[in-house]
Amino acid sequence: MTAVELATDNGQMVSENLTGSPLALRGVTVSYGSEPVVFSVDMTIEAGTMTAIIGPNGAGKSTLLKAALGIIKPLAGRVTTWGGSLDSQRARIAYVPQRASIDWDFPTQVRDVVMMGLFRELGLLRRVRAKHHAKVMECLTRVGMQDFADRQIGQLSGGQQQRVFLARALAQEADLYLLDEPFAGVDAATEAAIITVLKELRNEGKTVVAVHHDLSTVEDYFDRVFLINRRRMGEGSVEAAFTQDALHATYGGRLGDGLIARAG
Amino acid sequence: MGYEFVALSLPPIVIGMLAAMACALPGNFLLLRRQSLIGDAISHVVLPGIVVAFLITGVISTIPMMFGAAAAALVAVVLIEAIRRLGKVEPGAAMGVVFTAMFAGGVLLLEQSDTSGVHLDVEHALYGNLESLIWLDAVGWSSLADPAALSGLPPELLRMALALLVVAGLTWLFWRPLKLSTFDEGFARSVGLPTGLIGLGIVVMAALAAVAAFDAVGSIIVIAMFICPPAAARLMTNRLESQIGWSMVFACLSAIIGYVLAGYGPMWIGAAASVSAAGMIATVSGLILAITALFAPHRRA
Repeated sequence: MTAVELATDNGQMVSENLTGSPLALRGVTVSYGSEPVVFSVDMTIEAGTMTAIIGPNGAGKSTLLKAALGIIKPLAGRVTTWGGSLDSQRARIAYVPQRASIDWDFPTQVRDVVMMGLFRELGLLRRVRAKHHAKVMECLTRVGMQDFADRQIGQLSGGQQQRVFLARALAQEADLYLLDEPFAGVDAATEAAIITVLKELRNEGKTVVAVHHDLSTVEDYFDRVFLINRRRMGEGSVEAAFTQDALHATYGGRLGDGLIARAG
Repeated sequence: MGYEFVALSLPPIVIGMLAAMACALPGNFLLLRRQSLIGDAISHVVLPGIVVAFLITGVISTIPMMFGAAAAALVAVVLIEAIRRLGKVEPGAAMGVVFTAMFAGGVLLLEQSDTSGVHLDVEHALYGNLESLIWLDAVGWSSLADPAALSGLPPELLRMALALLVVAGLTWLFWRPLKLSTFDEGFARSVGLPTGLIGLGIVVMAALAAVAAFDAVGSIIVIAMFICPPAAARLMTNRLESQIGWSMVFACLSAIIGYVLAGYGPMWIGAAASVSAAGMIATVSGLILAITALFAPHRRA
């Protein structure tokens, strides 16, 4: 069905056919002060793919993710999920924030954190039942953290903390997974465990979007890239968009040629 | 001993416990959000609001006082923003200036207005009037089962109990959003929780507890109870649920031990007069924090 047909069918104004895209941004501008951090960005995520959002430090990668989730209100622009409004689709979206954004001293256990992923199901007062506990353990097992369920979260290593966050996202049973630097500061075993889970999700038909730092692993891990440096610098399949020229344009002089050569 | 204790000591101890718990409960969330000083700020800012509410209505009643306190908080926020922007002063300093200035303004206002007929003066603002909240209708422990005698209990007791009930009820009802948004605000927003509203709700709960506790126990206890029991409780456990429980235990212990020490302590060492109950309760809560800081199981390295 084309966009034009859709418009006539539903009587809605649809400027282009975005209904197939789990996440689409149009003209999104975000500003913290007077200067925009993200400027008029268009992004279209394809269903059933893994996309890396890459760009230099301060390029607005995390900000873009937060704007996509409605955590930050954009100054201008529009975010649609599966063609609809974000608020109507929140149950289908899982989010893994940056590990550093959390106070890991917080008095809570690993299983509690994963249980938070069931918030939309449990609501304010619904009882936690055996099936919820089972779901939590299943998610912990999937990331190899089943033996740590009763640990206080501050006693975990950085990689273990990241896996707990991934387990919480798994508990959300979403169709779209947005991750903010899931590989930052984690050990090699954790990185392997996380990428295995993410690829499984993709193979189940889910959509994965991750802010990513390490250009050397982009080709191994992801299908698509989205390049950003305040503005959209490129978007497409890894083969088409993850090129020397695009990286030079995105990173400017700030990236050593060595890194680009490896990535190229 | 029975009659004297029930009539003179039991009501202040119970009121002290209720006030301590009502303040410590939201204090747990303020502590974990690193906003403990907001409790301090609230208890300062509300003074001029309460005084103005009294001057307008002529009575000490919780609802007008709540509105007065809310208006004062609003004025404080506007003033802080104005000082920060116009004076280019850092936010912490701007807050400090506004809170102390407003408290001082409240003190002046109190001094100049005619509040001789009611329990509202500078001393009450600081350390309440716990010792005077006695139960004249009591004849002994049996009075606790006598409806006629019970109706003669100090009104502060019912007011404080209601405040605690409201704060505890809200905490119970919104437990999951409170915990989730305090732990991980970004994630909480991503699942659709109104985190700004939740943060505001915590401050409003703290303000409610502070205003209700204000004229009975004074701002010294309010400030101490927002911080000391939750901080001590955090060192006892690594579970939020247990932390809340421990903070309630420490709040009650502070009120009981503090009141008994203030009333009977000086007598035990041969001194004649008793000391301020509010001061002693706050001191005991500080001592509990000191002890937990030295010996509690979950001290951080």
